[in-house]
Amino acid sequence: MSDPLFEFLCRMGDNTLVLGHRVSEWCGVAPVLEEDIALANTALDLIGQTTLWLNLAGEVEGKGRDADALAFRRDVWDFHNVLLVEQPNGDFGQTIMRQFLFDAWHRGYLTALTGSSHTQVAAIAEKSLKEVTYHLERTTDTVIGLGDGTEESHKRMQSALDRLYPYIGEMFFKDAVDEAMISEGIAPDPTSLRAAFDSLLDEVLAKATLTRPDGTFAHKGGKSGQRHSEHLGHILAQMQWLQRAYPDATW
Amino acid sequence: MSSPESGSYDATEAAPHGKPRATEWPLWEVFIRGQHGLSHRHVGSLHAADAESAIKNARDVYTRRNEGLSIWVVEASAIAASSPEEKGPLYEPSNDKVYRHPTFFDIPDEVGAM
Repeated sequence: MSDPLFEFLCRMGDNTLVLGHRVSEWCGVAPVLEEDIALANTALDLIGQTTLWLNLAGEVEGKGRDADALAFRRDVWDFHNVLLVEQPNGDFGQTIMRQFLFDAWHRGYLTALTGSSHTQVAAIAEKSLKEVTYHLERTTDTVIGLGDGTEESHKRMQSALDRLYPYIGEMFFKDAVDEAMISEGIAPDPTSLRAAFDSLLDEVLAKATLTRPDGTFAHKGGKSGQRHSEHLGHILAQMQWLQRAYPDATW
Repeated sequence: MSSPESGSYDATEAAPHGKPRATEWPLWEVFIRGQHGLSHRHVGSLHAADAESAIKNARDVYTRRNEGLSIWVVEASAIAASSPEEKGPLYEPSNDKVYRHPTFFDIPDEVGAM
């Protein structure tokens, strides 16, 4: 296993990078202008956070790689984002549901990270937390608005939830990298954050008149990099082609 | 859209150019008090389902470059406006009443902006 701190920082950065890129796919085609700009803002926040996480990862690694090198010169198996963030946008409801589930995890995790023993990690978490608090506020309202909306919007939100529900578990799954981070006081135990996530989820789903699916099955393999879904390769092809075709190209 | 599953919106949901869509949200006027501004200024309008989402949309549409400290939104239909045709009777009478402008006083520099 590579340095657990490097691995942990890549996971943080890969989550925000892949989701940021996904959300940016809505730019110019969202159902209304206001949502289009809001989604673009969210995407930009996430890409900004990516820069912080991956630059720190490169620094920790000490091989001269910066955020750009890590973002554009790694292949699928080196990406360690959770599977949830690489799932397709689907319709607007599916995008919002994915974002809500991620935001709810992200806010809890970042809140814990603000108390990290690693000062740079704590500082990045604190800066990100302000943005993510707003993301969660916005997606919470939208999930409730669409869930408790028209028959059509309710149906779409329920099917988005049913589809994405099995991807929640991976965010709270603990492995050797987490163990190492916990023992050094750098990051929290992900399993300890599940109860708060669940109660928020229940509260929001109740207001949204959505039904929480049964079952505890969780897809895994993104965080460890062992088994990504087919979608990640498509994202990277689009995201990386320029730097791959013209290495070190700048504006 | 790179992913095989990326969806796009059905073209039948689009409205003819210049016509609002059948499901259009109400229009809101947005007022923002800037970093150094003393009062809220009208910055534009947007669509939103309710007041709360209008404020959130205003935050996203109009404060991206750190413009604002405070946002007001008001539903456009709630604004009572004067009619442009009444321009003459409403405003012309004040044209020749120059004594209403306090331009005949010397303001000491110490007073600053008024």
